[in-house]
Amino acid sequence: MTMIEALRSAMDVMLARDERVVIFGEDVGYFGGVFRCTQGLQKKYGEERVFDTPINESAIAGMAIGMAAQGMRPCAEIQFADYMYPAYDQITQEAARIRHRSNGDFTCPLTIRMPTGGGIYGGQTHSQSPEALFTHVAGLKVVQPSTPYDAKGLLIASIEDPDPVIFLEPKRLYNGPFDGDHTATSQGWAQHPAGDVPEEYYRIDLGKASVRREGAALTILAYGTMVFVAERAVRDTGVDAEIIDLRTLLPLDLETIRASVEKTGRCLVLHEATRTSGFGGELIAEVQEACFWHLEAPIVRVTGWDAPYPHAQEWDYFPGPKRAARGIARVMEA
Amino acid sequence: MSEKQQDGPRLTFPHPPARPGERADFSSLDIPEAGALDVPPPEIDSIASRPYANGMIRVLNDAGEAVGPWADYVGQVSDEALLDGMRDMMRTRAIDTRMLNAQRQGKTSFYLQCTGEEAIGVGFQRQLQAGDMNFPTYRQQSLLVAAGYPLEALMGQIYSNDFDPLQGRQLPIMHSARDYGYFSVSGNLGTQYVQAVGWAMANALTRNGQIAAGWIGDGATASNDYHSGLLTASTYRPPVILNIVNNQWAISTYTGEALGGARTYASRARGYGIPALRVDGNDYLAVLGVAKWAVARVRAGHGPVAIEWFTYRVAAHSTSDDPSAYRPKDEARSWPLGDPIERLKTHLIARGAWSEERHAQTEAQITDEVRTVQKEVESHGTLVDPQPMSSASILKGVYAEMPPHLIRQRQDMGV
Ligand SMILES: Cc1ncc(C[n+]2csc(CCOP(=O)(O)OP(=O)(O)O)c2C)c(N)n1
Ligand SMILES: [Mg+2]
Repeated sequence: MTMIEALRSAMDVMLARDERVVIFGEDVGYFGGVFRCTQGLQKKYGEERVFDTPINESAIAGMAIGMAAQGMRPCAEIQFADYMYPAYDQITQEAARIRHRSNGDFTCPLTIRMPTGGGIYGGQTHSQSPEALFTHVAGLKVVQPSTPYDAKGLLIASIEDPDPVIFLEPKRLYNGPFDGDHTATSQGWAQHPAGDVPEEYYRIDLGKASVRREGAALTILAYGTMVFVAERAVRDTGVDAEIIDLRTLLPLDLETIRASVEKTGRCLVLHEATRTSGFGGELIAEVQEACFWHLEAPIVRVTGWDAPYPHAQEWDYFPGPKRAARGIARVMEA
Repeated sequence: MSEKQQDGPRLTFPHPPARPGERADFSSLDIPEAGALDVPPPEIDSIASRPYANGMIRVLNDAGEAVGPWADYVGQVSDEALLDGMRDMMRTRAIDTRMLNAQRQGKTSFYLQCTGEEAIGVGFQRQLQAGDMNFPTYRQQSLLVAAGYPLEALMGQIYSNDFDPLQGRQLPIMHSARDYGYFSVSGNLGTQYVQAVGWAMANALTRNGQIAAGWIGDGATASNDYHSGLLTASTYRPPVILNIVNNQWAISTYTGEALGGARTYASRARGYGIPALRVDGNDYLAVLGVAKWAVARVRAGHGPVAIEWFTYRVAAHSTSDDPSAYRPKDEARSWPLGDPIERLKTHLIARGAWSEERHAQTEAQITDEVRTVQKEVESHGTLVDPQPMSSASILKGVYAEMPPHLIRQRQDMGV
């Protein structure tokens, strides 16, 4: 399956298993979403389960909160992460805090999916990576898969989670792995082992990272598209790095990270989002607190530049394998 | 959750009149006769504007004659002035066609046409003065064409090459042209609407005599900022025209989704205490007349006005869209208000000012003019054949003055 099909399969399975699950968002119903993630679901389950919304993201989040508080399991789509800002108030001030402020009287088991990241010439309003804007908020969980297999299992776990989950989908990976080399012919998921996705129900628990490559020289922390960039950079440099795909940013699987860094003594953090106050800053702080006495070199991060995502200069902005390789060299040389 | 009962309230889910595989069906649209509505006094209030908000101002009848009070109000527009409008509409369409093809050839990443909506921007822009400011969406390129924006800049922006005033930073069609009354277009729907109100408040506070015009699509009227715009315009009554381009679709979403239980978008604006009119947006003379009236009203200080332009999005939403997945193939052809260029052509021929031959000749000339500029612009680079763009420009212009952390990042870039 492609990641799109895997996400669709997750929603399909959950719609069938649990009548409390409802799916909605802009263009999500009849059409099946601009990325076609919900294609066919309205036809299969009817409009009361899968429906279109007006173009109002705060309404999408607000309606999801109302439904979730009653005990339904809404899984809403924001068309692009870049358009979640009108929903930010509802998500961060309401969904995130309802359990705590009502002392469990009301809860908010909802999932909000949104495509994230660049690599599609989308310019500044179809390319953003706002994960740190969510991880900074107490009460939210934040997930970002990098393969179809993980996408399905994590989305099912997110829908079943008792708390609000922000589910970030790296749109450049929807149709195939992408290692940052935009000149190469694109590969589909069919050739990739993680494109092998069972039709039936399975879950991948939130809060568990996955070691994508074992290695002894260095630990690379990445998520989403950057996992593939890391793999490519490791191939290009020949450095025996351990690559950890975080999968869930919050709660963070610090144990897996710690075990790896204690072994390698070196750490590189990769993300596509802007650098300043990005999630990389948090990762570096956690790693140095947990592993300081094991570190042999300063931790380095390779990120997007601190500028709006440009249209034409996309590949100068995107932190591709060359920049990742430079980052590896810096950590290894120190 | 409590037990599900068989009866009780159920939700409503709006549906378009027809879906793929069905015959296009506009039979439920109420299209009033041309000339049916009179011209209200410029100081009209929201309550008195009811007939204009629920009805539809139309000037050109089926025979192409200009009829009724609004025809008189537009006055004796000269043949030459109407032909100028015609040429701008044709130019807009020719640019759209050629840029769409350029995208299909991989020469740019994205394009978005305004086919069928050309009359609205072209007619409206003619009634503005230098210094007035539009706050457009991505589908108002006709305003720019009518403002005389150089085609080199317009197409350079699409190709992101060195003709692009925005240095490749913005997605194609997200123009910015202050000197041509075109505020920087945002990809985030709705934001510009309340900004237009703020701009108009500054106009009033500084008594500069200028006005602002907000633009929004029918789908985006659902956004919070649309409502913020109407509310603040109603509160402070600044010189702003709040335009709603109702082209019946928002990507795959039928206009009924945003309209909900309201009768028209104009009538909803009335609910905010702003007088509102609904207009046949494919009728160039109606556009000219209503824009003239609205500009005169707000400039004279009678407060804001909302205008719903009733039209149809003939083309796909954008090059990323395939409308055959959600609406009947023949829907555009069945649109009861026709095509704005055809309708003006019929009118000019009826007036004795135009002919099929001259129309065809002009079309060929304009295509030629656009093609020549396009070739020149393409010679400066496309996405297929890019001319090197400095990556340093990514970090330029984020702030007025580059702060130290960006200087460090520029060094890191190695440029
Ligand atoms: C805040 C926000 N949400 C969603 C989108 C995605 N989007 C882009 S255009 C569009 C449809 C807009 O329809 P409408 O307002 O009717 O304008 P039209 O395209 O018909 O001119 C949507 C949903 C966006 N750009 N911004
Ligand atoms: Mg529309």
